Amino acid sequence: MEAVHEHDHSHDHPTGLMRWVTTTNHKDIGTMYLWFSFAMFMVGGVMALIIRTELFQPGLQVVQPEFFNQMTTLHGLIMVFGAIMPAFVGFANWQIPMMIGAPDMAFPRMNNWSFWLLPPAGTLLVLSMFVPGGSAGVGWTMYAPLTVQQGMGMDLVIFAVHILGMSSIMGSINIVTTILNLRAPGMTMMKMPLFVWTWLITAYLLIAAMPVLAGAVTMTLTDRHFGTHFFNAAGGGDPVLFQHIFWFFGHPEVYIIAIPAFGVISQVIPAFSRKPLFGYASMVYATASIAILSFLVWAHHMYTVGMPVEAQLYYMFATMLIAVPTGVKVFNWVATMWKGSMTFETPMLFAIGFLFLFTLGGFTGLVLALTPVDVQLHDTYYVVAHFHYVMVAGALFSAFAGVYFWLPKWIGKMYDETLGKWHFWLSIIFFNLTFFVQHFLGLAGMPRRIPDYSLQFADFNMISSIGAFGFGLSQLLFLYILIKAIRSGEKAPEKPWDGADTLEWTHLPTPAPYHSFETPPTVK
Amino acid sequence: MSQSVLKRNRETLRKLVVVALLMFGFGYALVPLYEKICEVTGINQVVKPDTVVNTQVDKSRTIVMEFDANARGDIAWELIPRERKRTVHPGELVHVVFDLKNTTDVSVQAQAIPSFGPQRAGLHVKKLECFCFTQQEIRAGESRELPVVLVVEPTIPQDVHTVTLSYTMFEVGGTQEPKTAMRPTGGNG
Amino acid sequence: MRLKAFSRLLFLATAMLMAGLASAEYQLNLKPAKTALGEAVYDLHTLVMIIITVIFIGVFGFMFYAIFKHRKSVGHQAAHFHENTTVEIVWTVIPVFILIGLAWPATKALLEMRDTSAPDMTIKVTGYQWKWGYEYLDDDVKFYSSLATPRDQIQGDAEKGEHYLLEVDKPLVVPVGKKVRILTTANDVLHAWYVPELAVKQDAIPGFIRDTWFQAEETGTFRGQCAELCGKEHGFMPIVVNVVSEDDYKIWVAEQKSAGGAAAYDPGKTYSVAELTSAGEAVYKAHCVACHQPNGSGMPPTFPALTGGMISTGPIANHLDIVLNGSKKNPMMAAFGAQLSDMEIAAVVTYERNALGNSLGDSLQPGEVAAARK
Repeated sequence: MEAVHEHDHSHDHPTGLMRWVTTTNHKDIGTMYLWFSFAMFMVGGVMALIIRTELFQPGLQVVQPEFFNQMTTLHGLIMVFGAIMPAFVGFANWQIPMMIGAPDMAFPRMNNWSFWLLPPAGTLLVLSMFVPGGSAGVGWTMYAPLTVQQGMGMDLVIFAVHILGMSSIMGSINIVTTILNLRAPGMTMMKMPLFVWTWLITAYLLIAAMPVLAGAVTMTLTDRHFGTHFFNAAGGGDPVLFQHIFWFFGHPEVYIIAIPAFGVISQVIPAFSRKPLFGYASMVYATASIAILSFLVWAHHMYTVGMPVEAQLYYMFATMLIAVPTGVKVFNWVATMWKGSMTFETPMLFAIGFLFLFTLGGFTGLVLALTPVDVQLHDTYYVVAHFHYVMVAGALFSAFAGVYFWLPKWIGKMYDETLGKWHFWLSIIFFNLTFFVQHFLGLAGMPRRIPDYSLQFADFNMISSIGAFGFGLSQLLFLYILIKAIRSGEKAPEKPWDGADTLEWTHLPTPAPYHSFETPPTVK
Repeated sequence: MSQSVLKRNRETLRKLVVVALLMFGFGYALVPLYEKICEVTGINQVVKPDTVVNTQVDKSRTIVMEFDANARGDIAWELIPRERKRTVHPGELVHVVFDLKNTTDVSVQAQAIPSFGPQRAGLHVKKLECFCFTQQEIRAGESRELPVVLVVEPTIPQDVHTVTLSYTMFEVGGTQEPKTAMRPTGGNG
Repeated sequence: MRLKAFSRLLFLATAMLMAGLASAEYQLNLKPAKTALGEAVYDLHTLVMIIITVIFIGVFGFMFYAIFKHRKSVGHQAAHFHENTTVEIVWTVIPVFILIGLAWPATKALLEMRDTSAPDMTIKVTGYQWKWGYEYLDDDVKFYSSLATPRDQIQGDAEKGEHYLLEVDKPLVVPVGKKVRILTTANDVLHAWYVPELAVKQDAIPGFIRDTWFQAEETGTFRGQCAELCGKEHGFMPIVVNVVSEDDYKIWVAEQKSAGGAAAYDPGKTYSVAELTSAGEAVYKAHCVACHQPNGSGMPPTFPALTGGMISTGPIANHLDIVLNGSKKNPMMAAFGAQLSDMEIAAVVTYERNALGNSLGDSLQPGEVAAARK
């Protein structure tokens, strides 16, 4: 880490492409994370549209079933590991040092590495489509023993997951170290902005969960090529074991995605309500308890594998318990808005959209927690609708809220407010058009991951496909808004949001200088 | 950053890397842990002889034992229970026979995996002798009788009336013509 | 403002859409259950929906009230409170009680769902890539059930029938009012046996058996699908259950036993090419068409073409061997020896050599298949 020391004090940095390749500046790296995630969001989005095109009508029109399965697999992996997670790591890079009064991340060189692992991994995922036999058609959950039947595309996907996992773990170690060791004098743990708290908890979750996924896919790899029998009954293994290991990672993963989103919302809502966050301490405790509970409920994704009934009962009760801290968070956000002095700029609109739709996703989560109901709905479109409410309306809307909220601080220019509002309204309407009807499909019994369906499901699928195209096109508007703001946005005022009270707004000029807080501020 | 902060950072880094490595190990530790849990709860039967604690025959109860068998893999062979079901008393010694027939022209190394339905019954059905304890080599065209001796323990829950014992026979490599793998090895063992 | 006009328009459109949905009798809820357990599940779902709706209206009632009343544009001044221990305790404790209230009926339904004891009959269901195998353990009836929808409907070359993708060549037949225990297992990868109206879904796992049950309360035909991704044709392995009266069931079982399905053949007879070819078409459609395609073109390289194929136009002994024992080189070609009868194999091999654009003119007799099995 000697190089780090050197670099901290070198103010001249290379220009052009080399600036981005060699940069160790947390703001540069944050920017790269965000653009990378947007690019992957577009790639994954195109895959989603291929899926929805095929499902527009009954019958096979556009793609063959194998390719369809590859699309569902890659769409899931790319959106989860390539789009959503890097987006929030991007926020963490930009915001955490500024919010706790640190000059940069704790390990700037490692920060550079953890970003530059991502493009090769993303490339591997995309490349896997073009090897003989195509990519893996196994779903993002990669259940054994279907994985053993796949061609070399599966191996590329496994390597990509390894690299993505490595990047996440490095990023998380950096975040934890930064938060624990680099806080400005007076910035006690319980004074940290909630966004920082949520990332501290998330980073711990990542460090604990990602290696388990790495283990699961490594076992898949050795089962495929080196004659091990982890998931093969013939050799004394068990296919169900894969599901246990996968979901031991997979359930915390859900919260790895959701918790930083909670953090962003907990900054945005108070800022536009002009009122401090209600129940700061209980928010911290609720987040921590959600994180701990997330390691204890994984088998609720497996109610139909035939576990002993005692185990099913335990997982049902534990899962229902998660509703309590999640409820506390929602109540706190509403109480923050209560008797505030609210304005509704784009970040606030997305935050309210998040609150409304994430709660819907939470409610369907409660429905699915009840084992007898879940047995009916498991692996149907109800589940697809449920997790898109959590991931898209939850994580993605929160990321949009964050971008609109901090963009003035990052680039010193304002986005176009009218277009921002259009972006919000188009997104929320088309999102619901796409996914709300999928609840009905699931209730009526349409299984997920099928390229063709019976005639009873035709109308809702058509509505859903129309919604998906609307939603996809609306995101091009977002790209346009970003470019317009960067190229010709109005100069942002020093403090565009009245209620914003964290260090980056109170102690730094707008836009934030390339090197900030080289002498730490003192927090009262 | 001051030297003391850098030192602290390195310290934190070291701890977190250890945690990450431990969790990677934990993923692997889930394998024996899962096996142990399955063994204790009777979900998956380990393929070794059980010891019977209580052999008192309980004439007051009867259990319907159903027998089922499957032969897997891309080869033509059959495993069939000689009888479909038998009514037994808990504690009674039960002898049953399965017939294995290899209709291919290669000899096959085979391993049978037992499974119970309902799963919790598995804990209370003890196998004293079973062809699943060892691998079977069955030659081309050979037919063989495979015996099982078992006891349904009187500890079996009162609400269990029917127990299915199902065997799945897998080929575990060792055919004379090993597959020139298009599918990597390990798939069919 | 344009935005306002736009949102008003959208509101109107949404309202019209909703009205349209309501009038056109769309399936918006779980399908009405045909079993007592299914009704318990249905009621549980209704109960949780009511609770959710009440909470939803409560929470978002507050939020929208705040949005309209506590906004800066109406001159509302921000208050400064940021905690209230009493309120926080209340909204932590009340949900706990609601959850306990929910857990009670859920537990009851779950215990019933998992109680497979004392069945009237047991059927073993085996998942294959991509069809279902059914075996009646009590009545010694055994058959395979695969998609009956013609491929040209799927490809859009023919009009889709009423039960498009939800029809099979041989449905499962069970008596009404009897507790049917289902044992699931699988031949290759995971599958899941799912019939919504009978409230069953159970994964099928290669190497292990799992059990579930249902007891249909009324006769009728109930349709379901494989619910666990199992590869290419996952969307094309439906389940059809015919629930019939007990008498009809007995008749059906007797028929199965006497006919032995297509398995029966006259050992003394030599079948003509035309007889075998026409019998082979059904076998081909049930077992081969998914990979080798209706016209025999296959999907190279994984699924080779049969039209002019190396094996299907080569020596007939090799052709028989690959159907009987599977391919040593290509693991996707399964062994059908255990699944098909001598007659079926003879018929399908003859069909492949004299249809699908091939016309070799030779045939395979069931007796030759029997001999090859030895």
